Amino acid sequence: MLDFSLVSDFIGFLLEASVVTIELSLFAIVLGLILGLIAALMKISNIKPLMWLADFYIWVIRGTPILVQIFLVYYGLPQVGIELGAFSSSVIALGVNAGAYIAEIYRGGIMSVPKGQTEAAESLGMTYTTIMRRIVLPQAFRVSIPALGNQAISMLKDSSIASLVTVSELMMVSQRFAATNYAFIEFYITAAALYLLMTTFLSYFLKKLEFRMSQSER
Amino acid sequence: MSNRAVEAKRDNNQSIIVVKDLHKSFGNLEVLKGIDLIVNRGEVVSLIGASGSGKSTLLRCLNRLETISGGAITIDGIPLNESLKHVSQFRREVGMVFQQFNLFPHMTVLENVMEAPIQVNKVTKDEARKIAVNLLEKVGLSEKQDVYPRKLSGGQQQRVAIARALAMNPKIMLFDEPTSALDPELVGEVLQVMKQLAKEGMTMVVVTHEMQFAREVADRVIFMHNGLIEEQGNPQEVLVNPNSERLKSFLRMIK
Ligand SMILES: Nc1ncnc2c1ncn2[C@@H]1O[C@H](COP(=O)(O)OP(=O)(O)O)[C@@H](O)[C@H]1O
Ligand SMILES: [Mg+2]
Repeated sequence: MLDFSLVSDFIGFLLEASVVTIELSLFAIVLGLILGLIAALMKISNIKPLMWLADFYIWVIRGTPILVQIFLVYYGLPQVGIELGAFSSSVIALGVNAGAYIAEIYRGGIMSVPKGQTEAAESLGMTYTTIMRRIVLPQAFRVSIPALGNQAISMLKDSSIASLVTVSELMMVSQRFAATNYAFIEFYITAAALYLLMTTFLSYFLKKLEFRMSQSER
Repeated sequence: MSNRAVEAKRDNNQSIIVVKDLHKSFGNLEVLKGIDLIVNRGEVVSLIGASGSGKSTLLRCLNRLETISGGAITIDGIPLNESLKHVSQFRREVGMVFQQFNLFPHMTVLENVMEAPIQVNKVTKDEARKIAVNLLEKVGLSEKQDVYPRKLSGGQQQRVAIARALAMNPKIMLFDEPTSALDPELVGEVLQVMKQLAKEGMTMVVVTHEMQFAREVADRVIFMHNGLIEEQGNPQEVLVNPNSERLKSFLRMIK
């Protein structure tokens, strides 16, 4: 009844689609890391308007469905003359979404750096910018790596939502073959296996990174 | 007070720290209640007093880790005021060593010492390395330069922290209970480095419970009580024949 040999005819396409998934996730997570850092720095800046702006961003993004966000970018922006295409729209929506969560991760990391670190740096005459760049953020980043890793793994899975705005990533392509061949179980199980392969590989890589980072401090 | 002011004017070249009627409050809690203090160039002052008497706060005011609520502080002729430029200059001239060492854990010993000269004084990497290597030799830790701080004992970490502060070539060194977090057998190596510094003529203000150090190294002992200087003078006089009852009972207590 189940015929996985069907899948092997299309495996090339599925692998190609997996590459699109990886690219999409990679660009989006990089965007999220940058936006998250900016928002975190705004939140701890003690400058009221910047703090409000960051709070607003985090509040809106975390309080609305990602599907609404991606539709607004892909279908909404063209209405006001901004045409980005499916892939770019997805990168932006996913990145902006992740940024709101990553901002909180960074902020937690920054808060976890002991006050004595800042004081020692201040007593050496370092400026706020130098202290952030050289002393606080490197330590905050190390602390944040496990949570950022989880965020990256979520991103790999969440990127499947781009299938709803016509990006030919793994989910979209699997869906197409599943329907045309009437082989839902075969293609969706294959898609699941490919996602699992990617997330497993990523978590293995992240574990190694975490280990190396912790080694360097001991 | 007026006597001191006159004295301060006369000895302007000699006095490097001048504190006048310093007040510091945290909210409603007044922690420093009018401190007058003059420290001369090359002088080693030991601050003693019960926990909570305001020793750390006084030290932290001296390099502007705390903003002051009233009075005035002058370091080597530079008045401490709100201007940012002055604050950084202040801090460059005043090195600080903390109870908890506060080394940068993500940097090696050498990098810890090189960091401020590079970032603040904008010296080249090679020059910073030279400075750092010299100072690490001075505190006896040459062979540890490529190690991360966590691999070091508390005494070694504190010696690195001293080297790190010295790398900015400060005119004054502040020590806030530098040996209080150390196992007893590690106290000696840190005090040794501090003694050496004192011998070389560094101006030092040291909060310590090491009466041995106060007796042997300090030129003056200051006993603080409840946000004020209660008694001060030559270590022999103050520690052997204290006037104030409070100091007497304090000395009995820490014995
Ligand atoms: N940042 C702060 N906020 C509020 N109270 C403080 C702060 N720092 C110190 N204090 C209070 O000031 C008093 C003096 O503290 P401190 O200067 O640390 O004393 P010492 O170093 O002599 O033990 C204590 O009562 C302490 O609780
Ligand atoms: Mg203290």
